[in-house]
Amino acid sequence: MSADLLKTIDRVFEEHCGKGVREAAEGGAWPAGLWQALEDVGLTTAALAEDAGGSGLEFGDAMLALRRTAYHAAPVPLAETMLAGRLLSAAGIAVPAGALTVAPVHGADRLEIARGASGYTVYGTARRVPWGNQCAHVVVAGECNGEAMVGLAQAAGMAGSVERNLAGEPRAEMHFKAAPLIAAAPLADAHARMGAEGALLRSVQMAGALERSLEYALLYANERVQFGRPIGKFQAIQHLLAVLAGQVAASSAAADAAVEACRESPDGFMVPVAKARIGEAAGRAAEIAHQVHGAMGYTREHNLHYVTRRLWSWRDEFGNETHWQMRLGRMIAAKGADALWPMLTGV
Amino acid sequence: MHEFRFEPVELPPAAQELRRQVRALIAEEVARGAFNPSQHTWSSFDADFSRKCGERGFIGMIWPKKYGGHERTALERYVVTEEMLAGGAPVGGHWVADRQSGHQILRNGSERAKSEILPKIAAGTCFFAIGMSEPDSGSDLAAVRTRASKAEGGWKISGTKVWTSSAHRAHYLIALVRTAPKEEDRHAGLTQFIVDLSRPGVTVRPIYNLYGGHDFNEVVFDDYFVPDDMVMGGVGKGWQMVTGELAFERSGPDRFLSTFQLFLESIRQVGPAPDDRAANDIGRFIAHVATLRRMSTSVAGMLQRGAQPNVEAALVKDMGTAFEREIPEVFRHLIPTEPALGPGASYPELLGMTMLQAPGFTIRGGTREILRGIIARGLGLR
Repeated sequence: MSADLLKTIDRVFEEHCGKGVREAAEGGAWPAGLWQALEDVGLTTAALAEDAGGSGLEFGDAMLALRRTAYHAAPVPLAETMLAGRLLSAAGIAVPAGALTVAPVHGADRLEIARGASGYTVYGTARRVPWGNQCAHVVVAGECNGEAMVGLAQAAGMAGSVERNLAGEPRAEMHFKAAPLIAAAPLADAHARMGAEGALLRSVQMAGALERSLEYALLYANERVQFGRPIGKFQAIQHLLAVLAGQVAASSAAADAAVEACRESPDGFMVPVAKARIGEAAGRAAEIAHQVHGAMGYTREHNLHYVTRRLWSWRDEFGNETHWQMRLGRMIAAKGADALWPMLTGV
Repeated sequence: MHEFRFEPVELPPAAQELRRQVRALIAEEVARGAFNPSQHTWSSFDADFSRKCGERGFIGMIWPKKYGGHERTALERYVVTEEMLAGGAPVGGHWVADRQSGHQILRNGSERAKSEILPKIAAGTCFFAIGMSEPDSGSDLAAVRTRASKAEGGWKISGTKVWTSSAHRAHYLIALVRTAPKEEDRHAGLTQFIVDLSRPGVTVRPIYNLYGGHDFNEVVFDDYFVPDDMVMGGVGKGWQMVTGELAFERSGPDRFLSTFQLFLESIRQVGPAPDDRAANDIGRFIAHVATLRRMSTSVAGMLQRGAQPNVEAALVKDMGTAFEREIPEVFRHLIPTEPALGPGASYPELLGMTMLQAPGFTIRGGTREILRGIIARGLGLR
């Protein structure tokens, strides 16, 4: 991707995402200025094909852009908007403007879609819908008489109680009681696809947040002086940072590989690999980054927590490591050990 | 700060055909009983198999044809090496020569060294050992004390190398030797020589390893004569060459596939319907190996572009060898068994053999601690 786009993103965050905006967002205020700026530079439609209203970026570049916004710990539903847009366009439904989210995303929650005389409606409860209380529309996945479908609904008025994840991002309970769908269309394995796309985007976001955690840790290790020298000069700290760098590099590589394999639709092998590997890295990296920062990283003042609290949240959303690892393990066990190498090499 | 970027690489179109060829060779050899994949690692020596690899064009793949090579790309070579390891082929005879020694000779050797030695390596009939470590110089490689002094038409080497894998079966080794006294720059004054192990003045003695195997050796030089045209890349250039060579030594599939056969056999033992815990642990390893493979191929791509990805290679080796070592530690819980001594003919023997080899993974080719120091330097911390 062009270095220009990265610079543009950096500038947007510098101008529109100061500490005040972050703290207000965690308090429930919608960061309208930041969202508008992201819309203005085309990021909210970046993951869509051009004929579906996209901004003409390659999917890989759109994902690098998403990663950069996670590096900046963006307090907005950009990933959710991208995910919802991708599901809609896969089902041939026009993508509306504004912030979007998806449901259901939590546990065994399922929605039902019904067809009536005046169109489609959706039923059921979806918990912990990301930004469900602040998005204009929600894309739902459900079954209609046994057929997997996706539909588009108004989100306003559907949200009940709002919880927050560890990063202070809203997770809303949404109740659909014959809520009318603006549009609906069949999409194979709609719910599984929503989960896999979500896992892919969270993986990409974690890769970005991980990069930032390493950057913060290096800055601090070079700056903080104890016993007469920067703590980064001590071998114990150097080895911690080397391990952290390894986790970050592995995450970056796993995210790239998954993105490459998922241009059109989520890949059944690489999505589990990425979410599992990066989820594991998230925990290990956050631990090291905090250890290196000492008490300073334990304060609200330092910015480290904006990325580490996201890592601790995102690794458990759209399936934690165990969820995806068990899927990989069962897949290979069923196919037999001899299927593993061909699966790794693609031949 | 060094930015670690493991850029994606596209494997060349010929790669799939090469995979097919390597898999066919291994299948043929296994079918005729030449070897059992689960009893072998990349350090297993088999001169007959090495010769067959030479015949099929799997050694010296990236070298010029005039030196017996096949003018393939580094990524095509990468594909062949990973297929060999995944298939459990006994590639230990030619591994070092193909991975790093031949490459060094091609870049830094004299015309005579290139034309005499490279074709034999490519034929799979000439094997190399690495003469870097010494009794008092392991991780601190620049402390080598083996000396060479100028003689008529060449150099005379005296000193001792140690942990020299395969020296008892190799035809040559490349020795890192001090040719000028240590100065402020301790990396200066080091030179690499090609040592013909069949000539007088060099003695190879076995050092048995913890499972009783004979892999490494002590190699003693006593006024051993090396002709001038077996000096590599110029007198005093040894350090640069050694550090450049390490990127080849550290980033390949041999740094995360050493226990792959145990992994495969353990999946077979667990069976087609694993419980949650077994499925989870197997899946975790799959996620790790897929990621490591991605990183390792990326380094192969950097090497092909002529970059010097020393720090990336150190990262791959640090994480890859940690992964290799974890495999026996996890499966011993999933498949209750007592590890047994033996060549690997049963699961307990395969587990036992792997456990006894495992401590070496995070030592050979640069200890984990040295690697982390290199990574820290790459991060700008030292």
